Amino acid sequence: MALLEVENLRVEFPTRRGTLLAIDDVSFQIEEGEVLGVVGESGAGKSLTGASIIGLLEPPGRIAAGQIRLEGERIDNLPYDELRRIRGKKIGAIFQDPLTSLNPLYTIGRQLVETIRVHTDDTEAQARDRTVQLLTEVGIPAAERRLGSYPHEFSGGMRQRVVIALALCANPKLIVADEPTTALDVSIQAQIIALLKKLCRDHKTAIMLITHDMGVIAETADRVAVMYAGRIAEIGPVKQVVKHPKHPYTIGLMGAIPIVGRDIERLTQIEGSMPRLTNIPDGCSFNPRCPKVFDRCYVERPDLVPTGETTAACWLHAKEKTGV
Amino acid sequence: MLDEKTAAKAPSGFVHRFMDSDLVYSFLRSPVVVISFIITALYFLSAAFAPWIAPHNPFDPASLDLMEAFTPPAWTADGSMKFILGTDDQGRDILSTLIFGSRISLIVGFSAVLFSVVLGVGLGLLAGYAGGWAETIVMRFADVQLTIPAILVALMIDGIARIIVPVELRDEMSIYVLILAIGVSDWPRYARVTRGATLVERNKEYVSAARVIGVHPIKIMFQHVLPNVMGPVLVMGTIGLALAIITEATLSFLGVGVPPTQPSLGTLIRVGNNFLFSGEWWITLFPSLALVILVLAVNLLGDWLRDALNPRLR
Amino acid sequence: MSDRLIATSPEPALLELENLSKYFDVSKSLLNRTIERLPKQILKAVDGVSFSIKPGQTFSLVGESGCGKSTVAKLVVGLHKPTGGQIRFDGTNVADAKSIAQNAALRRRWQMIFQDPYASLNPRWRVHDIIAEPMRVFGLAGSSTELSKRVSELLEQVGLSAMDGEKYPHEFSGGQRQRVSIARALSSNPEFLVCDEPTSALDVSVQAQILNLMKDLQRDIGLTYLFISHNLAVVYHVADMIGVMYLGRMCEIATPQDLFRNPRHPYTRLLIDTIPDLEMTGKAREPVAGEVPNPINPPSGCSFHPRCPLANDRCKSEIPKPIHSATGMVACHAAEEGRLPAPQTVAPA
Repeated sequence: MALLEVENLRVEFPTRRGTLLAIDDVSFQIEEGEVLGVVGESGAGKSLTGASIIGLLEPPGRIAAGQIRLEGERIDNLPYDELRRIRGKKIGAIFQDPLTSLNPLYTIGRQLVETIRVHTDDTEAQARDRTVQLLTEVGIPAAERRLGSYPHEFSGGMRQRVVIALALCANPKLIVADEPTTALDVSIQAQIIALLKKLCRDHKTAIMLITHDMGVIAETADRVAVMYAGRIAEIGPVKQVVKHPKHPYTIGLMGAIPIVGRDIERLTQIEGSMPRLTNIPDGCSFNPRCPKVFDRCYVERPDLVPTGETTAACWLHAKEKTGV
Repeated sequence: MLDEKTAAKAPSGFVHRFMDSDLVYSFLRSPVVVISFIITALYFLSAAFAPWIAPHNPFDPASLDLMEAFTPPAWTADGSMKFILGTDDQGRDILSTLIFGSRISLIVGFSAVLFSVVLGVGLGLLAGYAGGWAETIVMRFADVQLTIPAILVALMIDGIARIIVPVELRDEMSIYVLILAIGVSDWPRYARVTRGATLVERNKEYVSAARVIGVHPIKIMFQHVLPNVMGPVLVMGTIGLALAIITEATLSFLGVGVPPTQPSLGTLIRVGNNFLFSGEWWITLFPSLALVILVLAVNLLGDWLRDALNPRLR
Repeated sequence: MSDRLIATSPEPALLELENLSKYFDVSKSLLNRTIERLPKQILKAVDGVSFSIKPGQTFSLVGESGCGKSTVAKLVVGLHKPTGGQIRFDGTNVADAKSIAQNAALRRRWQMIFQDPYASLNPRWRVHDIIAEPMRVFGLAGSSTELSKRVSELLEQVGLSAMDGEKYPHEFSGGQRQRVSIARALSSNPEFLVCDEPTSALDVSVQAQILNLMKDLQRDIGLTYLFISHNLAVVYHVADMIGVMYLGRMCEIATPQDLFRNPRHPYTRLLIDTIPDLEMTGKAREPVAGEVPNPINPPSGCSFHPRCPLANDRCKSEIPKPIHSATGMVACHAAEEGRLPAPQTVAPA
């Protein structure tokens, strides 16, 4: 049994012009200690998938169908209080802007100690020791002396480290990290990626790493899910997806990334832009932009099928499989 | 792609876009706002067409009959259907004086708001965009004025005007003095809001883009920044209209507003107040009700507009 | 100082910056300073930067936030006035163009593209008017039919439809807005575009579209770019020359091939080390510790010394002078003294 199972997840936003389907039939699993990268462009639904798992879907958005199971137990239909307990204890969260996760009015020591005490039976002194240990582990120098500092007294990179420590407080099984390095400078980004990798290894924590940056995924993740217009276009081991993508969207995406040392005059260009939620085409949602589109793509929606070592939702590969 | 489709299907043009906007949608969804809007519109319409709508002309001495003075409202024992809301001490029809009085109140309130918006937005825009000394002078001036209650500022200006304006012109000029007094007393609020919004807009890249090609600062202020700061000003102006109407009523109630020959709602309340204890309650009650309903409706509209235009509250 | 790059080809530079500086006074108000007995605080956003760009080429400035690269861009287009140094455009000292006519004649020849496609277009203006504004300001418009025709041409040149002029910015996606921005920049027929992080707010596939468009335009109408970015891979892809900045100073100038194959400044090496490894070579690496210090109080001497593995006492006290070579520049004591180890970075293919 996988640590996290997401099955046929469907998220809807009722609006006055009809219901928008933001996530459509998304299924994936995360094993214990695994880093699953979720990559996609803005509007692909990657952040909403993360928000659904940690139960922070903003109304009027709602889970309309499907199940989310953590260690075999459903967590998508829990009452608010129970969900909140699980959110701190079993699932940690890291967001793009560290300032939104930290209360500016309390010292970071107090925030960490309180969080630990809410989720464990530690005494004040034990929680304090644990706090110092956590802060040292995430790479805050002289952690003991920084307990009395307020969030604004830290630099952006240090703040993100504090947030990571906060997410680790209760030794969660899973951390959902939504664009954890996007707001940081490149050199800090590399430090944070290295830190996440180390923590994942040391604590056997699984990470769902949501980002738009394929480079971050390539560095960090074991498997990657590529999302497009609310669906998973391709999912598989990161090396396979990066080096030998199967879905035309992933192929285009990989070619669009400038790479040092790759001397080309023009980058691969995917024409057009991602459809708006109000106007997702029938059949395969990528069909207006796909260079290899054919008749079937306009009428029938492809499901994820294994092709080689990855799994792609594309009719090109479905044919291959059935041997037509 | 969506835009192309809807544009092809829908009757394009401003009216359609407006009717389809989120603003209209949120308006139609709230009955309180719709009722407020209808009430406000009725006030405006009756003010505009007062001479045709009012059953009597209360300011025509020939039509007044002192015998009809103090007629109570129509539904009481002594009432007459001729005067639905009764008459005052001079036999004037209360309903008609209300209609004409609201007209004066609205004219004064509206003009005063317009005056303070022009003054406040102009100075706020200058302070926010130019910065430096211009900002210091304008904003300190606004700060000082904000420490004095608006009504005192208005009383002061009214007092000064009384000294300057010759006696024979006083009644004629009083309405302009009132507009000036209320307008000047209220500009700092608009200046502050405009300055704040200007500071935000000034640092946006579209302003830099205009500066790169050397557009004149005055042009940037009016063509680029001004249209983008008008949202909050519109909201404040609506709430400001209610405030201005109250200020006008207060000043008139204190006897420094419009003269009794051209009564506003405030004047009517003051005049009627004298008869409250002798039992003629309707002379002051109906003008007071008219004022309360008008101010409430305008305020509710202003509150809705603020929420509807503020994306963070949605 | 004559730190200017010696041009290797006889072609004169289109833009030359010589010892350019911009200091900002970030002190508290006079009253607060007097009460709290604080000194004036000066932020040296740009401190003695020199480089030149040849016509038709792309010069890229890279660096982390606070390194002054955006300030250089703003200085070049005249959004800030320099504290010191010179900007020469096509041989003319920009500061000498005092009259309005001279000024407009110069300004017409350069334009700027901004980072945030959501903030760089006035939301209350139609796209047609946005694109037409530079033509109106510089009096290039002619009749209104000519103007409309030119706007339609520009829209099509950047890959939009001529019909799009009637729309408002909010009806476009981020990438389309950036196209509008480019059309506006092109409308006054400039030779030189300053691009301040033009793709960093865009998705990768859209970034590819915009970078391709910019390259096409450069090839077709011979544009010269000053391209500001924090993304080294993007810079490698677009630049003919790269300048690396750190805390307001220029560390190294080199061609992309030299810079990535043989980086000489330790900060350049650090930056190259942070590039995510998309080739999946699986090489292990140790990210360099430390963060960019507060630019108001930069370290003494070479401002990179607290993070530099090669720092010695000289680095702590003495600001390194630029050392010029045939194609580039480096400002580092270690490079000057020859204590630079061979680069460990994987050389690009």
